[in-house]
This record gives sequence, structure tokens and C-alpha cells, in this order.
Amino acid sequence: MNLWAILKIAIRALTRNKMRSALTMLGIIIGVGAVIAMVSIGQGAQSMIQTQINSMGSNMLFVVPGNVRANGVSQGLGAAATLTEDDVVAIEREVPTVLAASPSLRASAQLVFGNQNWNVQLVGANEKFPKIRNWPTVNGAFYTAADVRGAERVIVLGHTVAEKLFGTADPVGESIRVRNLSFRVIGVLETKGSTFGQDQDDTAVVPFTTVQKKLQARGTNSVGQAMISAVSPDATTLVQQQVEDLLRQRHRIVEGEPDDFTVRNLADVAAAGVQLTTIMTLLLGSIAGISLIVGGIGIMNIMLVSVTERTREIGIRMAVGARPSYIRLQFLTESVVLSLAGGALGMIGGGGAAAAIAWYLKWPSLVSGLAVAIAFGFSTGIGIFFGYYPAHKAAALDPIEALRYE
Amino acid sequence: MEGSSEDVIRIERVSKVYQTGDIHVNALRSLSLTIRRGEFVAIMGPSGSGKSTLMNIIGCLDRPTRGKYYLENVDVSTMGKAQLADVRNKHVGFVFQSFNLVTRTSALENVELPMLYAGVSGAERHRRAREALATVGLSDRERNMPSQLSGGQQQRVALARALVNNPSIILADEPTGALDTRTSVEMMEIFQRLNHERKLTVIIVTHELDISLYAERVIQVRDGKIASDEHVSNRYVASEVLERLPVYAADLDETEETEKELS
Repeated sequence: MNLWAILKIAIRALTRNKMRSALTMLGIIIGVGAVIAMVSIGQGAQSMIQTQINSMGSNMLFVVPGNVRANGVSQGLGAAATLTEDDVVAIEREVPTVLAASPSLRASAQLVFGNQNWNVQLVGANEKFPKIRNWPTVNGAFYTAADVRGAERVIVLGHTVAEKLFGTADPVGESIRVRNLSFRVIGVLETKGSTFGQDQDDTAVVPFTTVQKKLQARGTNSVGQAMISAVSPDATTLVQQQVEDLLRQRHRIVEGEPDDFTVRNLADVAAAGVQLTTIMTLLLGSIAGISLIVGGIGIMNIMLVSVTERTREIGIRMAVGARPSYIRLQFLTESVVLSLAGGALGMIGGGGAAAAIAWYLKWPSLVSGLAVAIAFGFSTGIGIFFGYYPAHKAAALDPIEALRYE
Repeated sequence: MEGSSEDVIRIERVSKVYQTGDIHVNALRSLSLTIRRGEFVAIMGPSGSGKSTLMNIIGCLDRPTRGKYYLENVDVSTMGKAQLADVRNKHVGFVFQSFNLVTRTSALENVELPMLYAGVSGAERHRRAREALATVGLSDRERNMPSQLSGGQQQRVALARALVNNPSIILADEPTGALDTRTSVEMMEIFQRLNHERKLTVIIVTHELDISLYAERVIQVRDGKIASDEHVSNRYVASEVLERLPVYAADLDETEETEKELS
């Protein structure tokens, strides 16, 4: 008894009840389609996050004053002004794996040019900002170390800000008002796009000294945070370790006392993001998987009906010499053919849906081989799992009873 | 009891007890029976006599509670389901009262069925099935579905299916029960011809005296035992009976078909 013959009988039995087979398959089509679509969308989101974090610079670290973990009491990051300009200078000078470091101060301000105005989060940094963020100017130039020393009123605009204030006109050389102080626009940054739905180009950079002396109400020497770029993405863990050691030493923190700062690694942030989307993917996938199980129950239901309807046929087959195992194999083949055909169609549907959604959200379209393999594996498994009981029931029939069945 | 190689069937003190709750039904009571190769036997008996049980055991559809059953000198009384299926496939050709063809499956494929389970290759199956259909005179109906065939034709397809694996016995359960007189005699003519020409062992289970007289040996079963086992002295010859039957019955097949189309 060869498999080809069994397959032929199975396909004929299924095509005899086309409507019924199609409806039964629909359960699997929807289930597999949903799983593929959900997993693909999840993976698309994941790779999107990865790309965006890479665009921010995966070799970036931040030093934030304060420590969330201090004695179990949350002080809030940035609660203490413990980070000084000297710390930042020391980090760049003494940690060999650090490419560059800069203070990172933030201040919100309204920028006004002519009758246009725009609210923006200003970033106060030193002249190494383009190097650290890997973010060059496309127009004009970035300010110099001398500008930083002199706390000059110069400003470099993000692309969005430039567009809002100047439209298509060239902003370089123009004068704008920041909190009623006049600043000279000396450059425009390259377009970065948005990360996590936040427009990175909606920013403007000024010397951090200018923020300290001209824009903050009380003039302090606090540098807020420090942004650091490692020489390579692989070095970030090492940089983190060395910066921590250096700052503990500089802040004279004795062994056993908690840090008064926190070093954050963008690679960790990336990992957290990836983990989040993995959980999301799993969650969505399992919800979709439930519909696959429901589809399987549909198969079981229809196979049980089919076994009852064909009791006499089973009796005939047994009488002429079909072993119980052949009968079982035949019904099992029918349910597997149903679920596999449903799986194939579901894959096309789910892949199409994923591609459409990816296109709409401008994500990379990812119908991974893994998802396809899982869908095929699952639909075969479902066919076998939910087909087994009806097939077993058919195989266990007594030929005498089955032949008498009306 | 010593059996010879000419004994196709040897049943030794076989009992069959059915148990439903506390009630035991003794369908067969220590029944013994031997059938030799090439015999044409009719098994008769009223309902409840145990003749159906006997048929099921002879056909390897059921196993005896006690006693031994040798088919082709092989003890089949203790075999499992799968083994019994193989024995049926190889040694037993069934013909049933209600034809029992697989619906919506062509005559040819119905005849191929036993060979499918015997593992015969596709081309060989085809050839042998056509040959068997030719034997029963249905070469022109190979592609027909059972619903497109008359009762007599369906029963002949069933007989072709029974013949196709060259079984040791043809076991026919009321083979003419659903047929009219002429078609019944035509069926018996085929049985007698196969029995005569191929030395095929034919066992017919029937309650019709008329039909039993086409056999050469009639066994009466009563209360689970053999009541009588006699040689038929005045045996009917189907081909002669057919000649004497009124001619108008000859087109009954077509009438049946018309009825089917109408219904």
C-alpha cells in the first residue's frame, strides 16, 4: 500500500465535499495567516528598532548624575548635580576607548525668526557633538572650541527647525531670537529621520557654556549629562566599566558605597527594545496560534463527521483486506492534506498581509523562512494531532458492524 | 481429526458466545465443518440459527470464542486484526446482499480495491481489474459509478472484486437477496461457471431454498449446530434454468435503470 495511492484516495474524498473541505480549511488558513502576519510584523518592528538605534549611534553612552538604585530609594536620574565639566574632560582624556565626550545640557526655548516661531529642546554640547553623534552639518559649519570657551551666541539648527523657521531659504548667517537673546545661525545638521516616533531633526545645538551662562536662570557649572562615544560599538561595555571606575575615583566614592551617577549604554537600550518587540511578537503570535488551534478543532469535527458518514465504506475496505493501520493512515492523510493545503494558502494570505502592512508603515518587509517553517510544521502537526482521534476511531471500527451500518 | 491439503476450510468444535451485560448468547455450539477445495456449498438456516456468525468466522471477520479454524491449513482462530485483514485480502472474496460497493467510485476502481491493500502496482491492478470485470461480463461498464449500474450489474462488480485477488474461497452472503428472479439465476450461472471452470470454492449463505439448490452441498444450521449436511441430488443448472425463463425478463436491467433515473 503506497503513500501515493493513499494520497490520491484522500484528495478524492476531500474534493467530493468541496464546500465542506474549503470551510474546514478556512480555519487553518486564518490561523496560519494570522501567525505569519503577526510574526512578520513583529520581526519588521524589531529590525526597524535596530536600524533606528544604529542611526543614533550604537557606540554611544550617557553618563547621568544620580543613581536610581541608591539604597533602594529612587532619587531620580539627574536629581543630583554631581557631574562637572572636569569629569567630562577627564573621561575623554583618561579612558583610551573613548573617542570623544561632551556635556549634554537641555533647555527648552522658543526660537523666533521674523514672524515665524518654533518651540524646541535645545541641546548644549561642546564642539565634539558632530563627532560623538556622528552627525555632520550639511550647510554652514559647526561651532568651534573657541565659541564654547567664549559662550558665544551661535546656534546650529536641526533640519526640521530650519525648515519651520526659514522654509526653503538659507538660514546660515541669519540672526534668530532665542528667549529674547539674539543668536547667529552658523549651520544646519544633516537629516536623521525619526526614532521611536520622535523627530530627531526637531532640535538645535548651542555651546553648553552658552546654556550655562545665558539661558539658565541661575548660573551653575552643572553639565547635566555627559554624552560619550566609544571607539567602536564593541567597546561600549569596556567604556562603561572604565568610565564607572574613573568617576568613582574622581568622586571619592569608597568601596561598598553606591555610585552617584549612572552610565547608560545605548546598546543596552537597543537590547531592551529588541526584547520588548520579541515579547510583543510572541504575544501576538500566541494569540494568532489560538486561532490555529480553533482551526484544528474544526478539522477534528469534520473528520469525525466524515468517519461516521463513511462507516460503511470503512467496513468494505476492511472486508477486502485493509488493515486497521491503513484505515488510520488514510484518514490521517486526509486531515493532514486539509491542514497543509490550508497552511499553504494561509501562508500566502498572511505573507501578503504582512507585506501590505510593512509597505504601509514603510517597514522592512520580513516574511522569514523561520515563520514559514513554523507555519508548515504547525499545520502538519495540527493535522496529525486533531486528525488522530477520528482516524483512530475509524481504525477501531468492527468490520461486521461497519458493514451493517445504514 | 486429520486434515488433508484439499481441505480449504476446517472448523473444529468452534463456539461463539456473545455477551451483553449478564446475558450470554451461544451463537455457535461446538460446531465442526470441513469444506474441500472446489466445493459449491450452501449454508442455510433461519435467522438466529447462527449462520451469520458462522459466515463471519469463515470470512475471518470474527474470531471464535473456543475451538479452531484452519483456513488453507493455517490456524486463523487466534490471529489479530491486522493479520485477519491480510488473510481476508489474500484468501476470502466477499459478495454481500447489498453489494457494498464504494459509492462514487468507478466499477474498475472498486475492483482494484483489494489489490490496493495487497500492494499490487498501479498498472498490474488495472490489468487484473479489467480482466475480472470481463469475467463477469462487464467490460463495457468499467467507468460507471455504482449508482449508474443496475442491481445485477452492481453484484457482478462485487463478484469481480471478490475474484480479483484469486482467493481460496468466495463467500457470498445472500447474494441474490436484492435481485429479481432472472438476475438471481444469472448470478448463480456465474457462480456455477467459476466453480466448474476454475475449481473455485464457493460458499453461499442463503435462506432461499431455490438458491441453495444450485449448490452441490447444503448445510442446515440450527441453534448454533449443524442440523444436516447433504449432497444435492437434483442440482439446478443455472444455464438451463435461464433458457426456460420467460424472455420478457431479459430487459429487466434496463427497466431498473429507468427507474433509477426517474427517482
